[in-house]
Amino acid sequence: MKKPNFLVGVDVGGTFTDVFVFDVSQGTFSITKVPSTVKDQSEGFIEGVSKIVTDFSEVSKIVHGSTVGTNALLEKRGAKTGIITTEGFADILEMRRRDRPRTWGLKGEFVPVVDRKFRREVSERVLANGDVLEPVNIEDLNTQVESLIESGLESVCLFFVNSYANEANEKVAAEHIRRMWPNKFVSVSTEILPEMREFERLSTTVLNAYLQPVVSSYLDKLTRRLILKGYDDEILIVQSNGGTMSLDIAKLYPVRTALSGPAAGVMAGRSIGLAAGFKNIITCDMGGTSFDVSLINEGKVSLTSQTSIDFGMVIRTPMIEVTTIGAGGGSIASLDASGLLQVGPESAGSDPGPVCYGFGNTQPTVTDANLVLGLINRERPIGGKLNSLDLPKARAAIKESISDKLNLSVEEGAEAILRVANARMAGAIRLVSIEKGYDPNKFSAMPFGGGGALHTGALIKEVGLSSAIVPRFPGVTSALGCVVSDLLYDRVQTVNKALGDLDFKLLAKQIRLTRTELEKLIRGSKTDISEIDCFYEFDGLYTGQTHTVVVPVKVDNESFDEHAVQKAFDKAYLESYGRLLKNIPIRIINYRVIVIGRRSSFDMGLFVPKDGKVASQCVLENREIYSHGKFWQVKVYDRLALAVGEKVVGPAILEQLDTTIFIDPDLVARVDGYGNLIITNINLTNALEETQ
Amino acid sequence: MNSSNIKMDPVTLAVLKGRFEQIADEMDATLFRAAFNPIIAEAHDASHGLYDAYSGDTLVQGDSGLPVFVGAMSFSVKAVIKKLKILNEDPVNGDVWIFNDPYDGGTHLSDFRLVKPIFFKGKIFCYLASVGHWHDVGGNVPGNYNPVATECFQEGILIPPVKLFEEGKLKEDIVNILLANSRLPNSLYGDLNGQINALELGENRLHSLIDEYGYDVCLFGLDTLKKRAEIMMRNQISKLPNGTFSAEDYLDNDGITDVALKISLDLTIMGDEMTLDFRRSSKACAGPVNISYATTIAACYVALKHLFEDVPANAGVLMPITFKIDEDSLLSVKAPKPVGGYTETILRLIDVVFLAMAEISSEKSMACAYGTINALSLSGYRSNGLRWVMFSFFGGGHGAHYRGDGLNHGNAPISTATIPPLEILEAAYPIRFKSWALRQDSGGAGEFRGGLGAIYEIELLEDEATVSLFGERGKFPPRGINGGKAALTNKFTFQQSEGDCKLPLISKGVGVILKHGQTVKLETPGGGGYGNPLKRQIDEVCKDLDSGYVSIEMAKDVYGVITDEKGNVNETGTKKYRLEQSLNEKA
Repeated sequence: MKKPNFLVGVDVGGTFTDVFVFDVSQGTFSITKVPSTVKDQSEGFIEGVSKIVTDFSEVSKIVHGSTVGTNALLEKRGAKTGIITTEGFADILEMRRRDRPRTWGLKGEFVPVVDRKFRREVSERVLANGDVLEPVNIEDLNTQVESLIESGLESVCLFFVNSYANEANEKVAAEHIRRMWPNKFVSVSTEILPEMREFERLSTTVLNAYLQPVVSSYLDKLTRRLILKGYDDEILIVQSNGGTMSLDIAKLYPVRTALSGPAAGVMAGRSIGLAAGFKNIITCDMGGTSFDVSLINEGKVSLTSQTSIDFGMVIRTPMIEVTTIGAGGGSIASLDASGLLQVGPESAGSDPGPVCYGFGNTQPTVTDANLVLGLINRERPIGGKLNSLDLPKARAAIKESISDKLNLSVEEGAEAILRVANARMAGAIRLVSIEKGYDPNKFSAMPFGGGGALHTGALIKEVGLSSAIVPRFPGVTSALGCVVSDLLYDRVQTVNKALGDLDFKLLAKQIRLTRTELEKLIRGSKTDISEIDCFYEFDGLYTGQTHTVVVPVKVDNESFDEHAVQKAFDKAYLESYGRLLKNIPIRIINYRVIVIGRRSSFDMGLFVPKDGKVASQCVLENREIYSHGKFWQVKVYDRLALAVGEKVVGPAILEQLDTTIFIDPDLVARVDGYGNLIITNINLTNALEETQ
Repeated sequence: MNSSNIKMDPVTLAVLKGRFEQIADEMDATLFRAAFNPIIAEAHDASHGLYDAYSGDTLVQGDSGLPVFVGAMSFSVKAVIKKLKILNEDPVNGDVWIFNDPYDGGTHLSDFRLVKPIFFKGKIFCYLASVGHWHDVGGNVPGNYNPVATECFQEGILIPPVKLFEEGKLKEDIVNILLANSRLPNSLYGDLNGQINALELGENRLHSLIDEYGYDVCLFGLDTLKKRAEIMMRNQISKLPNGTFSAEDYLDNDGITDVALKISLDLTIMGDEMTLDFRRSSKACAGPVNISYATTIAACYVALKHLFEDVPANAGVLMPITFKIDEDSLLSVKAPKPVGGYTETILRLIDVVFLAMAEISSEKSMACAYGTINALSLSGYRSNGLRWVMFSFFGGGHGAHYRGDGLNHGNAPISTATIPPLEILEAAYPIRFKSWALRQDSGGAGEFRGGLGAIYEIELLEDEATVSLFGERGKFPPRGINGGKAALTNKFTFQQSEGDCKLPLISKGVGVILKHGQTVKLETPGGGGYGNPLKRQIDEVCKDLDSGYVSIEMAKDVYGVITDEKGNVNETGTKKYRLEQSLNEKA
């Protein structure tokens, strides 16, 4: 027997740590789920992997999706941080872009992650054209840095106004601070994001500094634990943009891990979809409080340049665009003052959770509605925290809060809750598809997370999606995503010049230099890279506009000139807005270089069910459910036991350890060659089969 | 329409509501992305919605647009309906109307409206409208905030409702007239195109929705939503005690003569109805702080929606409300009285509604926000002869409320505008900021402190520039409630060869000439405080001291907290001092 060679993906979420282990030598895989260890996530990490791997020296690579950064941001548990900045501008972080948390009400508040007393000014000034008006006053700098060190701060952020246009002053100050600062936690704005817009650059850099001690200490602990276990190879970390980076780079740029977990899930969705022949996918991750959707078009994930973790906590780095709405299993259903039914955004979360958990909540939730309708198995709740669910309590809550007031039966009330919840989720899907100009008919929904697959059928009907594809193991999608993600590094630089004023030779030189630096990072990795791809983008606009369009350009060939860039801009602008503007010159604001190290592709054929059974042999029980205004007797199937090609006609329920799948009455599910469940409209399927 | 035989279950209604709102939101987003001028693209001074085909009432409004337009837009659609009636014409498919007439459904001349009737299989369904604040529409002052205008003709070009598209065909003549009247024609052209894009998109989305649910069901849904909004509003009002509650506040002056102008409100609650009586307010004035009747209603709507956050953006909300405004009031002017500074007057109007509501229940209300838009323009010619115009609005503090301090450096209650990045301003214009900071002691003191205003100091890098400012709150500070103190007033200074100078009318002025290296400095008000400052938790005052939000003097004099030079609190001294102070107060 060959020596095992394990490739390990670990996704640490708020509740569970999911592990996916692929044995490269045998072509087999194992998955497991253990509770996350909140205090020190590396404990749960090791425990999870140890359940599958006994000898860590047999592991060849570990890829990790982490929520340490995300949680530190959400719970404001970052490090004690200071800011060194230009005289006159200590309050930029607190003044934001002069906004407010909510449009209506005027009762919002904002507490910046760095106290005003730790935001220190030094005299220096660079102008917008890059001229140094005043060099850094080193005496000032010494005094301020010493005082911050004395105050016991763990990390510091250096940010000078207009440094994107000329980094000279920041460089001088950075060298100086690094000599004085007692540790490595010095974040410099031009190293993190040399892009125009002071608040966004500062906020991103500050949050990097805020996270650095926390994320670094976690990653160090993890490294030590793994070394003790006998693993001393490289650890890769999933970034918010869906690519991976080395652990050392992650310690330098922890802000890039802010959406690590969700990004890994979307990358897995992409790979699963592509293997199964689906290039257009909308991933739908439904948890307890939120519903996250992301669009994959022609095999490409959607990226966004900026996100807000919370009000005023802006991060500007390329990341996978995940649209979140407050609709999950714990979302509360209620009637507003005019009697209109609403679901969410208020949520009972997981504690106290839905009424049926019995932890004291009395307001009905989406999960309660699913239970009352018979779609969830009351004897086998997902998550493993409880032994059974309290159906009578759930019924009573829906009756009292919804059904009685709307003059409906309990089941009708429960179904109404689902319809409104589904409509909101459908809205989120429309937001990422129709609103961006994509035809939903060409897309398939891919649910993952615990609750998504219960609602998929309704969603494909409501939005007009062509089908749904339920991965074989929806509960560990993000861990799988870690294993399939490529290495990716990107860098942005502000140019801010009219197209006509660009020196294309110089620009090409700078861009190639950046490319070489990023390539070096990739070649420095011990990971097997099959090939390296490189992409260049400009952010361009018509002079006078402030919002840019992303313009893919080619820099490597001879024709990198004004004409080529104008042509590329026109194409990108036309795609976004449908019309070009006559006689208005364009400007190039930024260039971006993206270098991807492709890892050897992962064979999804691994998931092909072996020894599957015909559907009739997979029935676990018969159950009464309520759907579409009436009661039905339906079969409940053991999902993982189904053989390739087996078909289940709705209404039906399929159960597996971490997910329940509901097939609506007019839908049909089929197990594809990779073990995925493909759900389509029954009439459409029949029509197709008849023509074949 | 015969709607009596349509039955709609509450679930379908909830679904339709979400779909309609999404259409309006998406129109907002389209214009924000495509617009040229930062006032729309960055500051979101624009709005979109769906309006009743016969009455022009607001049915659904985008959530991301400028709040004050939510109430005002319905008057724009009504103006088009009225025009059609005068012409004795029916709305025509493919027509788009354009106008900015502030006396007939507009706000001020900078706000251009596009109104389009939407048809489905030959039957009119509703109107869609788009409004956006254009960068420059002529007049005496670049950017159109002319604080010394005495007629609207000095504020910009006035366009009555005319057709921009006739049966789908763009009338280039109209576009050419508009372009010829702007200092920044490219910007105008880009914004106009963005608004056309938004209307086209809205129409497409509406068509597919009607395709899906049917014409009658969709129309019935809209009608039901309006009725429900009315029910919700009546429900809110009936929770308030019956009676009349009064408040008044002042504008510094009209920009022409230095006489304060009064805005008075007698707010009466009777059962589930509310009367807003503004008849004790000042008469129309010579300068540009007048507003039209429609704008007054819109501003009241904004104030009420801030107080009752849950009521929807829909005409039904105004059904239980009666307005009493005199014909010759500054809140109900007609052409050609200047209205360019409408933002200042509606901000004061909102303050007065908050103050009257605080008389009913201070917990239901909040202290006044900074209350001025501070439209500052610097303009001139570069050494290469090119003209430049920097025009921007500035922020201040929000009012405190019964649960907490006001937000530092927020946007005005009438808008959701963000401020352009200073790096973008410095890259675009020959200026540099010397300061962009919070203003100590500017928040009104109270058990809960008002949010802080800001200090912006700008230095000129070219040889010469002309400065104009349209601001307010230079004399009358934003007030606190429930015993909370007022904030600091607005302060504007500019350097001249003889030293620092102030404007004769404090917050308003034009034609200030600035030379290379000289600066202008704007110090904006904070928000009012809530509750007695002597009751503020001592450690909260210490935090404020620590952060420099409050000076040692203010901590002692107003909050009664005594500290040594290092900022350490003298606890016994403080307790004693606070007791003495509260006794003095009662005496």
